Amino acid sequence: MKKILFIEDEETLQRTFGDVLQREKYEVVKALDGKIGLRLAKSEKPDLIILDLVLPKMLGFEVLKALKKDKETKDIPVLILTNLERPKDVEQALNLGATTYLVKTNYALEEVIDKIKKVLKE
Amino acid sequence: MSLKRFFHSLNFINQCREYGVPLWQCPQFLFLIMGVFIILTSSFSYLVGTRFVEDPSIVALIDLMITAILFIIAVIISKSFERLAEASQMKSEFIDIVSHQLRSPLTNLKWGIEFLTSDEFKMPDEKKEEYYDSLKENTARMVELVDDLLVVSRIEKGTLPVRKEKFNLENMIKDLIDRFGLMAEASNIKIEFHPDKNIPEIYSDPSQIKIVVENLIDNAIRYTQNKGYIGIWLRIKNKQLLFKIKDNGMGIPKSDQKHIFEKFFRARNISKKDTRGSGLGLYVCKSIIEKVGGKIWLKSKLDKGTEFYFTLPIK
Repeated sequence: MKKILFIEDEETLQRTFGDVLQREKYEVVKALDGKIGLRLAKSEKPDLIILDLVLPKMLGFEVLKALKKDKETKDIPVLILTNLERPKDVEQALNLGATTYLVKTNYALEEVIDKIKKVLKE
Repeated sequence: MSLKRFFHSLNFINQCREYGVPLWQCPQFLFLIMGVFIILTSSFSYLVGTRFVEDPSIVALIDLMITAILFIIAVIISKSFERLAEASQMKSEFIDIVSHQLRSPLTNLKWGIEFLTSDEFKMPDEKKEEYYDSLKENTARMVELVDDLLVVSRIEKGTLPVRKEKFNLENMIKDLIDRFGLMAEASNIKIEFHPDKNIPEIYSDPSQIKIVVENLIDNAIRYTQNKGYIGIWLRIKNKQLLFKIKDNGMGIPKSDQKHIFEKFFRARNISKKDTRGSGLGLYVCKSIIEKVGGKIWLKSKLDKGTEFYFTLPIK
């Protein structure tokens, strides 16, 4: 069973998307803010990190930067799942090493799952 | 660093791109064009002068006058375009922020409904109930934000309607405290109301004043931790009503206080804890209170609490 770390501050979305991931037979670890997310990334060693960008305590960009700097976490693929759609945000995230960038409202749940499977090469 | 900034200020194309306007609308670029134009007309008048006017000092004077006039015009034009560009940049920032704010509850609705209606998964009833509740909550969030945006747009266009009618502010506050009772109780917060005796009815716009009081109570509850205390006072002072709400919550950092009534501004300590607020509430409050002839201000100490005050004319 693959493990996914889901860093998202919207509790409703945490639950909905967490339920969907569990339905797809993934093990889900949840973090409600950037700091906890970063800590869990190191301790849990997930196969994939799904990261929101607007987060309390530590912004998604900072989390991404720290993940890619750390030897232990730099190879974990990071899928950005956010509602920021400015080209400069997309560019910055991809430059920092994000694998995929998805804008939440532009995708159906099934499409996001497909993208996740693709990143995990399933 | 300052040398870098100086070179950056010379790079017109880059600056125009930052404004997000086409080159022909960009003030810096227009100024350059005007400069070239000035040089050309000056040379032209010089040529005309040397052919048709004999006294060289008169030619020089004419030349100087034309240059001065053109220069003034150029400055005026470029200034007005600068304002235009600033407004356009602010507008697109506004749209960015608003669409992001609307998208959060929208995503919750979209994915919540998709999950509830997916065939592959039979959800237990109590879990369904949870999903329905969150759909309701997120719809309410969107309604609230759209309402706030409408008020903001009316404020900016100067078309915020102000009705004047007699009403009792004391009763309105009591009703609102009742309505917020559950929310306060859930956070273990006590709300107490201390009105002066014989508070007169006032002549103002009850629907607008209600928005202000709602916003202030909502903020006080939201930014006060467990076992908090909120006090509300209503007094008569200098032919005005003075409203005061005090909480023992997280407070507002001093450097943020002067910006707290600005549109979309959120204090740093709050936005680090909770990314949901729109930053419109207090902007709306200030606009309404000033529109009906009152004043609004605050006192706050970090980690100690915040006091918001507003006055309203009685007549």
